[in-house]
Amino acid sequence: MYAFDLISPKSLDKALEALAEEEAQVLAGGQTLIPTLKARLAAPATLVSLRAIPELQGVSIKEGRLRIGAMTTHATVADQARSHFPALADLAANIGDPAVRNRGTIGGSLANNDPSACYPSAVLASGATIMTTKRSIQADDFFLGMFATDLEEGELIRAVEFPIPIAAHYEKFWQPASRFALTGVFVARYDNAVRVAVTGASEEGVFRWTAAEEALSKRFTADAVNELDRPDVDMISDLHGSAEYRASLTQVLTARAVARLQD
Amino acid sequence: MQTITMTVNGRGITATVEGRTLLVEYLRENLQLTGTHIGCDTSQCGACTVHVDGLSVKSCTIFVGELDGAEIRTIEDMENADGSLSPLQKAFQDHHGLQCGYCTPGMIMSLSALLRDTPKPTEAQIRHHLEGNICRCTGYANIVKAALAASGQLDSADAG
Repeated sequence: MYAFDLISPKSLDKALEALAEEEAQVLAGGQTLIPTLKARLAAPATLVSLRAIPELQGVSIKEGRLRIGAMTTHATVADQARSHFPALADLAANIGDPAVRNRGTIGGSLANNDPSACYPSAVLASGATIMTTKRSIQADDFFLGMFATDLEEGELIRAVEFPIPIAAHYEKFWQPASRFALTGVFVARYDNAVRVAVTGASEEGVFRWTAAEEALSKRFTADAVNELDRPDVDMISDLHGSAEYRASLTQVLTARAVARLQD
Repeated sequence: MQTITMTVNGRGITATVEGRTLLVEYLRENLQLTGTHIGCDTSQCGACTVHVDGLSVKSCTIFVGELDGAEIRTIEDMENADGSLSPLQKAFQDHHGLQCGYCTPGMIMSLSALLRDTPKPTEAQIRHHLEGNICRCTGYANIVKAALAASGQLDSADAG
């Protein structure tokens, strides 16, 4: 690592003040950023830890929506979201490994928007709202491609608010070495719509498979998915899987998720 | 430099350190608690697993500057009060749950957290829990066996 100062402000205002300084960078759970610093791929002058800010922590229900503070760890979501939104809890319980889940946070994952991260698919499929220090951003407007989001310089995620679906399921195909999603599909069923979001597959990061959403809104069966053409997006092709393979996985995992919800 | 107050293995410590110091570095270099190992240094292998406020974490991926007021527990504090091996450590010995021993401190820290929260884990739960702890010697079979034995779930016929 290059040398830097680490500070842990106890309030959001103090954190924002610190982040306004030159070459200051925010630290959430650190499970991606610290390895990145060790590889000398980032060189902040100051790292501003958000861990000591109480208002960024916790899971609560507010007007029928599930609110998760940005600095809530995956382990806490797995535990405390379970009775409200079991599919989200299951997703959180299968990120990385137990030690990573005890540090890694939902806000860090969303702000990083790794194309293979699990959380973006749940947020997009649920039509969640990202509450920041400046505004609320709809999930459909938040993810802008691989490692890119609508967040501005100095804008921090405070919390994510999820409309709770009638039923939902996340089907993940593990990349066996990294435990990231080689492809993962989150299917969420609401009164008036079905939403399907896919992570790990596209060059553009997480995306909604709208053809599957339309088909499933009319007929919620695995067959309805299997009869579709594979999604026509620019798929990632690398040593772990070709573009064709990921397109196929997208269809297969969507059908599996729907089948699970039909049981 | 920052002044950080924390508890390590029950002992109160006031440290004046650079906040960016990694916990594993601080444990090994400053406190000479060298039972916590550095394996990959990239948050993959789990050899550096310790408990922070009762939760297993990778000490190579935490800054000491974030640990003011924290309670840290390492492998040095896992033995019984009389210095004998804890039931989980004894099970590793009895069931040959280690060969070179490099990953063992991390394995013990990880599994002790599992057994505290889930006293009778299934084999699948044990294997899922060990996803972040890599062992290149044992093939895991005897580590899983040790965890089953430590949770009282192994018939004596399976011992060995």
